[in-house]
Amino acid sequence: MRRVSLLSAACAIAMSGAVFLNAAPVRADDAITIVIKDHKFEPAEVKVPANKRVTLLVDNQDATSEEFESGEMKVEKIVGGRKQIKVMVGPLKPGRYPFFGEFHEATAQGAVIAE
Amino acid sequence: MLASLIIVFREVLEAGLIVGIVLAATQGVAGRGRWIALGIVGGIVGSCVVAAFADGISSLFADTGQELFNATVLLIAVVMLAWHNAWMAQHGRELARDMKAVGHAVRSGEKSLAALAIVIGVAVLREGSEIVLFLTGILASEEGGIATVAAGGLGGVALGGLVSVLLYAGLVQIPTRHLFATTTWLLTLLAAGMAATAVNFLAQGGMLNAGGTVLWDSSAILRDNSLIGQALHVLVGYTDRPTEAQLIAYVGVVAGILLLTRWAAGNSPSNRSRVASAAE
Repeated sequence: MRRVSLLSAACAIAMSGAVFLNAAPVRADDAITIVIKDHKFEPAEVKVPANKRVTLLVDNQDATSEEFESGEMKVEKIVGGRKQIKVMVGPLKPGRYPFFGEFHEATAQGAVIAE
Repeated sequence: MLASLIIVFREVLEAGLIVGIVLAATQGVAGRGRWIALGIVGGIVGSCVVAAFADGISSLFADTGQELFNATVLLIAVVMLAWHNAWMAQHGRELARDMKAVGHAVRSGEKSLAALAIVIGVAVLREGSEIVLFLTGILASEEGGIATVAAGGLGGVALGGLVSVLLYAGLVQIPTRHLFATTTWLLTLLAAGMAATAVNFLAQGGMLNAGGTVLWDSSAILRDNSLIGQALHVLVGYTDRPTEAQLIAYVGVVAGILLLTRWAAGNSPSNRSRVASAAE
């Protein structure tokens, strides 16, 4: 009995975070597209509006997987070969936010400019 | 070849540190080797399965499958860590006393070992699936890819294993009396850091749109993706640009686990018997 209550109390800690979640995800209709080709980003620099949530669409045209990553924008997501992913970033203060492809870091470098 | 070794090592590092903490936290508990090995092997097998279905997982729930998957497995680990700490608060004294008298202690100890095996399995699963995708990419695209994969994979895993051993060896230098208090704190902060990471995945997936403002930027002092930053990320949940939501999750989990363990310690059988014998 005590064990059950212990486990449910542990679950309660995890679930209490759920109140912060929106029931219906808000999605920006106009995503900003970044293409991956030959392990490079195209365009390597994209402009986004500052101080609001923005959706980036990463279109991987290579056959191999890539990991789209940016510490500055706090995103990390695998993009399968010939697949697309969306990530939501921001609100970003005006500035330059580099991103890279972790699996091909030598060539896959880019940046988001928030303004 | 060196580049692939470094990437694999960075992925293995997180799981390696967690294994090191768990090894120290279960110091002296019979049967821990089996459970920890089970967690690692289960995580590796799971990695291959997740990697094989990566595209399928990613496209689930309006393309937020990856974020939901990561957040879910992280939160499972948080629950397991909370439960383990509460269990230790309740049974730790008993366990230490009965350690020599095998039987009851081993059986009851195994329950909390199972929780920690899940924590390890989940850590290996998350990092491992990325390694599998990365290495299969090399296999598919490069001449002589097998050599790169073998060197990168084995070397990275060996280095990760070395980190586990070093952390474990360092932690067990702590006198037994303080060891469990230390590992309990480490596991609590590990859980808090995991919750903060889970929150970030929910924000990235667009499921959490509040509290996304970055509170401070300490990347000039210590970057998340430096080796020390990454190690501290696992050990205490360090992140160079925490958001409001991440801080709330972090503080909430630390407070939640402290309350839970305090409450569990109050319900401890040995605590009750001590009260009873004091009354005699």
